Amino acid sequence: MIRLTTERFDPGAELTVFCAGRTESGAVASFVGIARGDAGATTALELEAYPGFTEVEIGRMAETAAKRFSLHDVLIVHRHGPIAPGEPIVMVATASAHRREAFEACDYLMDYLKSRAPFWKKQHGPAGPRWVEPTAQDLDDIARWE
Amino acid sequence: MRVLLFGRLGDLAGWRERSFEPGPANLTALKALIAAQDAALGAALDGPGVQAAVDKTIVRGDCALAAGAEIAFLPPMSGG
Repeated sequence: MIRLTTERFDPGAELTVFCAGRTESGAVASFVGIARGDAGATTALELEAYPGFTEVEIGRMAETAAKRFSLHDVLIVHRHGPIAPGEPIVMVATASAHRREAFEACDYLMDYLKSRAPFWKKQHGPAGPRWVEPTAQDLDDIARWE
Repeated sequence: MRVLLFGRLGDLAGWRERSFEPGPANLTALKALIAAQDAALGAALDGPGVQAAVDKTIVRGDCALAAGAEIAFLPPMSGG
């Protein structure tokens, strides 16, 4: 399931629901991305999405991951709008029969979300606003899967 | 036709959504029209990593545009 939200979400509650009733998935892996304060350099993040496009593109990534890693299920929750340091921005959970696929799919999905998900991220702080674009590290990370 | 700008492109232009009536027949003509009105924006649309989507599908190169099309210009994306 893919969900975009402008509201704060509770990763623990999401994970509880995701795990509930699984009798065949032996493994669930999850990742939570949290907005960093960078020791005061970032006072807020602002994520812009393209409604109707962002969800579809993320859904495609999830489908690709599901096939590649034989997943039983995927959950992606992603915030947009203003986000304060300490708040979760993104959560990925993957379910599979065995742990390796769940771990790897989680890693894969986060690498794709970092540089291919249709979001535009503005960092606010004392130095003024700045648009964040994928770093060289992000591009190296995604190259591992291609 | 509706044109949407995302991320830094919207800040640069000072608008994020505009309608062009009548709209140009193709993407190249639309970009030329935008560049004639705002040279800095025109250059940014052709800048590195900027993609165009027509009716929420990424297109590469030129593309014919229907009268009611929605064209979005997308700078490099960054989620997570």
